[in-house]
Parts: sequence; C-alpha cells; structure tokens
Amino acid sequence: MPAIEVQNLSKSYRLASAQRSQYVTVRDSLGDLFKRGKNREPQEETTLWALRDVSFEVKQGEAFGIIGRNGAGKSTLLKILSRITEPTSGSARIRGRIASLLEVGTGFHPELTGRENVFLNGTILGMKRAEINRHFSEIVAFAEVEKFIDTPVKRYSSGMYMRLAFGVAAHMSPDIMIVDEVLAVGDYEFQRRCLGKMNEVAHNGRTVLFVSHNMTAIEELCPQSILLKGGKIICAGSTPHVIANYMSAPEGLSAWTIGAQTEREGTGNALITRVELLAAEADDPLLGLNFRQSFRVRIHFHAKKRLPDPRFGFAFLSDRGERVFQTETTEVRFQIPAVEPGDGWFDCLVTAPNLLPGVFFLEAWIVERVNVAFADHIFRLGRVEISVDPAQAEQMTYLVYPGRGRVFMDCRWSNPLYVKGATLAG
Amino acid sequence: MTSPDPTRIDGGADLPGDVAVSDADPRPVVDIVATKGWSGVNFSDLWAFRELLYILVWRDLKVRYRQTLLGVVWVMGQPLMTMLIFTLVFNRIARIDSGELPYPIFVLSGLLPWGFFATGVQGAANSLVGNANLITKVYFPRVLIPASSVVAGLIDFLVAGLILVGMLAWNRITPSPMLFFLPVVVLLAVVLTLGTGLWLAALNVKYRDVRIMIPFILQIGMFATPVVYPASLLPESLRTVVLFNPMTGIVEGFRWCLFGGELPMLALLSTLIFTVVLFIGGLLFFRRMERTFVDVI
Repeated sequence: MPAIEVQNLSKSYRLASAQRSQYVTVRDSLGDLFKRGKNREPQEETTLWALRDVSFEVKQGEAFGIIGRNGAGKSTLLKILSRITEPTSGSARIRGRIASLLEVGTGFHPELTGRENVFLNGTILGMKRAEINRHFSEIVAFAEVEKFIDTPVKRYSSGMYMRLAFGVAAHMSPDIMIVDEVLAVGDYEFQRRCLGKMNEVAHNGRTVLFVSHNMTAIEELCPQSILLKGGKIICAGSTPHVIANYMSAPEGLSAWTIGAQTEREGTGNALITRVELLAAEADDPLLGLNFRQSFRVRIHFHAKKRLPDPRFGFAFLSDRGERVFQTETTEVRFQIPAVEPGDGWFDCLVTAPNLLPGVFFLEAWIVERVNVAFADHIFRLGRVEISVDPAQAEQMTYLVYPGRGRVFMDCRWSNPLYVKGATLAG
Repeated sequence: MTSPDPTRIDGGADLPGDVAVSDADPRPVVDIVATKGWSGVNFSDLWAFRELLYILVWRDLKVRYRQTLLGVVWVMGQPLMTMLIFTLVFNRIARIDSGELPYPIFVLSGLLPWGFFATGVQGAANSLVGNANLITKVYFPRVLIPASSVVAGLIDFLVAGLILVGMLAWNRITPSPMLFFLPVVVLLAVVLTLGTGLWLAALNVKYRDVRIMIPFILQIGMFATPVVYPASLLPESLRTVVLFNPMTGIVEGFRWCLFGGELPMLALLSTLIFTVVLFIGGLLFFRRMERTFVDVI
C-alpha cells in the first residue's frame, strides 16, 4: 500500500477586493451585513487556485521530490499533507506517522537553553518525552553543541542553531518525513550533513517528501518527482526528466505593472507605471535570467509635471531584503536635464551580472532633484529568478547551493605543488 | 516557585501512548479531506497531544520567570498594589463598606479570581496570533494554544493566591469549612475563562480589532462584577442584572468558599449555565474557525 495517496486535491483562496486591507475588521463585516439585501455593490472577489486536481502516489520507502517555482503550489501541498490547512476539495490518505519539517527550529525560543529547546521543539514536532530522552545524546552529538547545551540559544551561532534544530527533526524517526526547503538556510557543510541524514532516513525504508529549489539535492535524493506549475502537476516521472522539463520552461513575469496596493512612497509628481525585464540585444521580454546573462531593465513612468534633473534608479534585493546592488542614472554619468509631463521610459543595460543563482527582488525609484525627495519609490516590485541553464549546470553545480552568498567572483586557486586533478587526503 | 521541568529524565514508563501500536499494521492512517460546517471535537487527537499542552505552559512560565527577575514579584505585586489603591479609593474615599471583613481582604478575594479571568481571556484571545509561527508550520490541535495560556494564567493565580493566604494568616481569619468547595469554583472559573477565550481567540484571528476591544470590555466588566463592592450593596433592581454576568457567580462563590455566609445560589447557577454554554459553544466555534486560521493569520 502506498504511504501517501493524493486524489484530486484542490485548494482555493478567496482574494478580497483590492480596496480591502489584509485583515477584516468587525466594522467591515457589519457593513456587509447591513448592505446585504439592499443592492450591495458587487463584491470583487476572485478565487485563486493554489492547487488544482493534484493526484499522485508515493510508495513506502520512496524519496519523492516536488519541484516548482514560488507560487506553484508546493508549499500549499505540503501544508495540506501536514494537516496545517485543509483542502477545498479532494482527499489524501497518509499511512504512517508523519513528521513535517516546513521550517527548521519551529518554536525555538531564544531565551531557553539548547536542552530546553530540544524538548520544546521535539514535542511540537510530535515526539514523546521518552523518545526525546532516548535520542537526546545523538541529537546533541549531531549538532556538535555538547558544551553549550545549557546555554540559551540566543547566544548560539546561526550554524549551531541550525544544526541543533535539524538534529531534533532528523531524530524523530517518523514513517514519513516532509521537508520543505529547509536546506536553503545554512552553509554548505550543514546542507551536506542534512542531505546525508535524509538519505539515511530514505534508505531505512521511510518515505521522504522533499521540496527544494536545489536541483542537485533533489536529484541526489529523489528518484521520482513531480513538477508543479500554477497549482497543477505538469510533469511527473523520473527526476532527471522532470528537472529537464523545469529548466527548459522558465516562468515568471517579465513586466511588473504597478497596481493600487503596491507599497510605495513619494510625492507622486512622477509615478512608475511599469517595469520590464528585457533581453540585452532586442526588446524581448525575459521571464527569468540565466547565470551571468545580460539584461535590460526598462522603467516606464508618468510625470504629472515637469521635473528638472531627476534621478532614476533600481536595485536588486536578496530574498532576505538585503540590497545586493543598486544603480542610479547619475552614478553612471547619465544626466537627464528634465522630464516633461506625460509618459516616458528609461532603459538600463546590465552586462554579465555577477550574481549567483537565486531569487532576487526588484526595487525602483524616481528622485526629484529639486527637493531631493522620492517622487516615487516602490519597495518590492517583483521577483527575478536567476537560474543555471542546463549547459552550465554540469560544471557549476556548486553555484546553486544557497547560503553561498549572493555574488559571483571569478576565482582561480593555485599552488605549484599540486597539479590539476590531485586530491587532498583527509 | 519551581516550574515543572520536562527535561528531567524519568524513563517513560508513564507514557502509554508511546506503545499503543500493534504489530498487525503499525502505521496509523490519516485521511485528509475537506470538512464542511460544524464538526465535533477530536478527543483522541487532544489526548495524543497532551504533552504539548504541558510543554507550552512550561514554556510560557519559564520564559516569563526567566526573562524578568521580577517575574514572581510582578505576579504577586500587581494584585497587591491594586488592592492597596482600591482600598484607598473605594474604601477610604468612596466609603464602600465590606461588613465584618477588612476591606483589603475583601477586595483582594475579588481581584484574584477577576484577575485570573481577565488575564486568561486576554492571553487566550491573543495567543493564536502570537503563536502564528507555530500554527503555520506544524499541525497540532489548535485549541492547545489558548488552553495553555489559560493554564499558565492559573499557575500565576495560584502564586498570587499566596498573598491572600498570608493576609488571612496575618489577620487571624480562619477560612470557612466551605473551603473544600474552592477547587470546584476554581475549576468553574478555568472552564469559563477558556470558553470565553476560545470565542475571542477564534474571532481575533479574523477580526483583528477584537484585541482592541477586549481591554475596554474587561475594564467595564470588572465594575459590573462585585469585585470592589459586595453584591448586597446593590439596589434590588440591579441584583438581577448582575446575574447575567457569569463572573458574579465566580467572585461570589470564591468569597463564599473562603468566608462562608449565604450560598450565592442563583449567581452560581447562572455561572454554571453560562460556563457550559460558552465552553461547548466556544469549542465548536473554535473547531469551525480552526480550519481557516492558517489561511488568514
């Protein structure tokens, strides 16, 4: 009997109209109640299908990969299988004790010691106290924090913290383990240990369901995978086949139109109306970027009045919100004497960017030179994913490990004593 | 006080749930389907997660008492200071008479159960939003979250109760033999607090302004409850009105257990009805809302 049977699983979210904020207030609901019956203004509600008619089976003892871009429905699927949220329709049957690791260190409290957090986190993950006692020394050994086990975890380095947190989860011996992208944090060494541990789990006859952006890791661990896109399975089968499918169909947005809810600030004397990601040579929209691929960013704007000497700029942010690089018109000696009222655009060509593969976010702005204020400043415009194309993937698998930093440097190591291909013992 | 310590190693023979699997098919089967409308409470699930309740309470207490050296002082000092101020304002200035009982003891014996209710309700109401990081990442019966904040509040209540014990001893007041009923009243208070807390916790996830209303309603509620005045001082017409406040029975019952006197029969009966209705309704409502917590929190 399969460990996981998923049949026509669907999940929809209702998106309220744009005017309404994220949280409903009692007043809103009372207002709706009052309007009901009378000619209520048509409710602008759209249904978003995060998951639609997804069916698959995972055999017992199989490691199974789930691949897809952000928003493809991976997390929703895992949340349903972990019973965190309910499906809208369809069903899933799970045979065996399940442990879901959607985050490393869920419930860890900084004020509590390592020892206390092991018990707290273990219990939250569903372990019994006796079970935690039994594995306690193994967990501590795995995490290599013996000396600090009675120190509050707020004093731990992030590496120690991650190791301890993963250690708890790795020792809970469930029948089915659901792992979501937890390896995206932590350094290379940490990731290797975790992958090793998961391999061990998978080879012990346990079932592993694994989501990652790290194709190398998925390929190493999971023989079978599915590819999700827009909440549907678009490809299923052997992992190399599914990965090839995933890589060949980059998906994303090539242009970001600025809507009413966009978080922005500024005087509003000129507004950014649209930002496009274009190929370097022609006006072809790009859905995503390959590693070191040149591109152009085109900022469309609408000026309400004449702006003398404005500055246009944009920045790439990491998924953690750090600014990875920024550029402004004046920095590159591109002077704009003035923009006249009306619509217009500016292009910026970026050649062979030294950014490592990963997810970045765009920020864009217009500065008024006269009063040195933002005419418009949009904090999170859209997402740009830099991936490794299959041709590059061969030599550069190491590039796709997150936690390596954000920037690529062309580095060459040498020492005349060691010849190419020599391996170092130990 | 010593907080319970789950890190103590004690074998595990007391954990029957751990060995409840048979050899035939050791794998439990979980079916995940969409549920509609109202559904019952899954007691076996609650039982399976009982250790989590314990550890959540332990976490709350541990963090509270560790972070602030003043933890215990705070838990005891707050009712103590309130007692002093209320004695000054309501007894010395407003001349509210508490009969034979010294006013400070009278008001403290009302403040303690009221304080438990107020902090319990407020804690439970905010608990889901405050533990959003857990709720969005792990499955467990969500009811444990508000329940743990009520239980943690109960422990604070017991600690604060030591002041009352001390004051009774100091004033050489012997509690009435009705003291044996105290656990019943406290249990009633716990269930009432949890019942109210469940409603508010579930509502607070959806309507974030609930948390703003709660302190205001609680403030009014305290004066609508015979905390600073004895119910006997109320005019006849209002005495029926306070019966519709379930905390009247708790506060009156609490005092009756300690100091004897006339059994507040009607008030307790009203409390019992309110408690049962609020608790069962709260559980069901919470279950119904539970399904969408993750999607809106």
